[in-house]
Amino acid sequence: MMQSLQWEIDLGNGRFGPFGGTFIPETLMHAVKELEEAYERIGKDPEFQQEYLKWVQEYAGRPTLLYFADQLTDVLQGAKIYLKREDLNHTGAHKINNAIGQGLLAKRMGKKKIIAETGAGQHGVASATIAAKLGLECKVFMGIEDIERQRLNVFRMQLLGAEVVPVESGRGTLKDATNEAIRYWAANIEDTYYLIGSVVGPHPYPTMVRDFQKIIGLEAKQQMIEREQRLPDYVIASVGGGSNAMGIFYPFIEDHEVQLIGVEAAGKGLDDQHAATIAKGKPGVIHGSYTYLLQDQYGMIQPAYSISAGLDYPGIGPEHAYLQAIGRAKYTTITDEEAMDALKILSQTEGIIPAIESAHAVAAAIQLAKTLSKDQVILVNLSGRGDKDMDTIHRFFTEKAKGVAKE
Amino acid sequence: MMFVPFLTAGFPTPSLFKKMLFILEEEGAGMIEIGVPYSDPLADGPTIQRSSIRAIDQGMNIRTVLDLIKEVRKEGLKVPLVLFTYYNPLLQMGLEQVAKEVVQSGFNGVLVPDLPIEESQPLKEALKQYHIPLISLIAPTSFERIEAIAKQAEGFIYIVSSLGVTGERSQFHTKVKQLVQTVKQFAQVPVVLGFGIKQKSQLGSLTEDLDGYVIGSALIRIIEEIEQELRESLVPESIESEEFQFQFLERFRQRIREVQQ
Repeated sequence: MMQSLQWEIDLGNGRFGPFGGTFIPETLMHAVKELEEAYERIGKDPEFQQEYLKWVQEYAGRPTLLYFADQLTDVLQGAKIYLKREDLNHTGAHKINNAIGQGLLAKRMGKKKIIAETGAGQHGVASATIAAKLGLECKVFMGIEDIERQRLNVFRMQLLGAEVVPVESGRGTLKDATNEAIRYWAANIEDTYYLIGSVVGPHPYPTMVRDFQKIIGLEAKQQMIEREQRLPDYVIASVGGGSNAMGIFYPFIEDHEVQLIGVEAAGKGLDDQHAATIAKGKPGVIHGSYTYLLQDQYGMIQPAYSISAGLDYPGIGPEHAYLQAIGRAKYTTITDEEAMDALKILSQTEGIIPAIESAHAVAAAIQLAKTLSKDQVILVNLSGRGDKDMDTIHRFFTEKAKGVAKE
Repeated sequence: MMFVPFLTAGFPTPSLFKKMLFILEEEGAGMIEIGVPYSDPLADGPTIQRSSIRAIDQGMNIRTVLDLIKEVRKEGLKVPLVLFTYYNPLLQMGLEQVAKEVVQSGFNGVLVPDLPIEESQPLKEALKQYHIPLISLIAPTSFERIEAIAKQAEGFIYIVSSLGVTGERSQFHTKVKQLVQTVKQFAQVPVVLGFGIKQKSQLGSLTEDLDGYVIGSALIRIIEEIEQELRESLVPESIESEEFQFQFLERFRQRIREVQQ
């Protein structure tokens, strides 16, 4: 399957409608232009595309399963729910697809050092993995708050030979790690490749990362036709920066009968702390891109919050901002509580423990499925597995049980 | 050669900041850069970040900076002032509104470190109506972009002496001399050098080609040091007291004379 993955590269002007662009310091401009040129040239090379395909198949373990969640479907008595099992990828999440693509590109560009930023650690682990495999030196910037929340992933990165750089500035989360990675990149621009982990950042990153992730949607589409002889009615994915969602949405964009739903983290509630960038943000510039972001009236970027360290990013990929603006995709929100309930339901009906990020998509699917008929089909991108979140999950349910006991 | 100090607006306090502007003018600054404290200053190193956080905690933002400058102009400050701000605060205010208020407040130029020429047209157009230049930066990695940037440059050109973020350095980028000379070939406006400069003497033979030099992080560090010294020696005095401010400004004046040597 997918023997002849081919993609056209159209970098255009780096814009998705009004969104996107290149809002970065002059010091970085040469590097992003160099990257744009390299991606256009190398990315188009059929040999490079074959190499990427070989790696995602033989190293990451693609194609991932399209799995019919029959028990969950039975319980809900509504639409059929299918899961695209990105959690079965090597390293446990979709992040490896992009890390392979950019890692191979960096190697071809002759770079010896890569840097990455990470929140939940999945992108950091994927980057450290590919760096180990390709023999590249790797530094991963991570906020001190996230280092605390994701200790296991920190250890995994170190074991893989990467250096984890603790970031204390700001609130010590993904936003701050990204700022620090950009600052480091500016200082070491002459020999360092910045491996951005989501469909965010200056042009050409949003386009390039989407291209490396769209294999999720290409596979899912083909698998769905094989299984159901039709396309799904809905495709649902969680959105922090939005790479797993862009990856599964992209091949369905022209199929207007398929509704695309991105799920943002409502955290403790939309009037409280959250990471609901489209629901509560306004357009502005963050990390090199014009897109929606959480900010105050003076343009100061506001910290995002979610129980999921992978979703608490105050911005969103510019292509999502565009899909929302033209009405092609809809964005909804799920709270911490709802996500954790869904995580438990999926674990207990299907024996699959999702990452908390993915649990947000599952929660939205559960809510939607109940309102649909049995002949309708929902495709959920299960972007990663829950192993990395065990500490958080354990703490959440322990505290919840205590709270219930008190009441 | 023009001395161009940089201060973070409202740091360490709004009142000391205002008084420092007058001292800088008296001590020969040819132009002063005023940094708008920002939550996510991508181009700034730890020293300026620290000062920004303190200023933000005291309520500083694009709005309060414009108001503060309006006040110092009324109080008689004459030296040209350049607004140094990231792009997002300007976008949120609206570019037309920004242009109008920049003039009304008494700024003479605008510098936006995360706005390369490719993205600068909308702001440039808005500022043009009021004859306010948008300052361009040129970095050691600008290479083939130098000519294009230099040719459209307004006001002056800001050459970044080192890779990375703002902050003091013991050495500039190895190619900085060549960079300055290349820029000079194309430039129709004055050329100043910034990032990493502690003291004028550090420039050596670079002064032959330059019209000015910016001192930023070093000044912020000096302010922090003076504050620290006074806190140790003037224990009961608050930073807002007359005695503290008098002592602070005297020491500041002395240090400003030193950095210009």
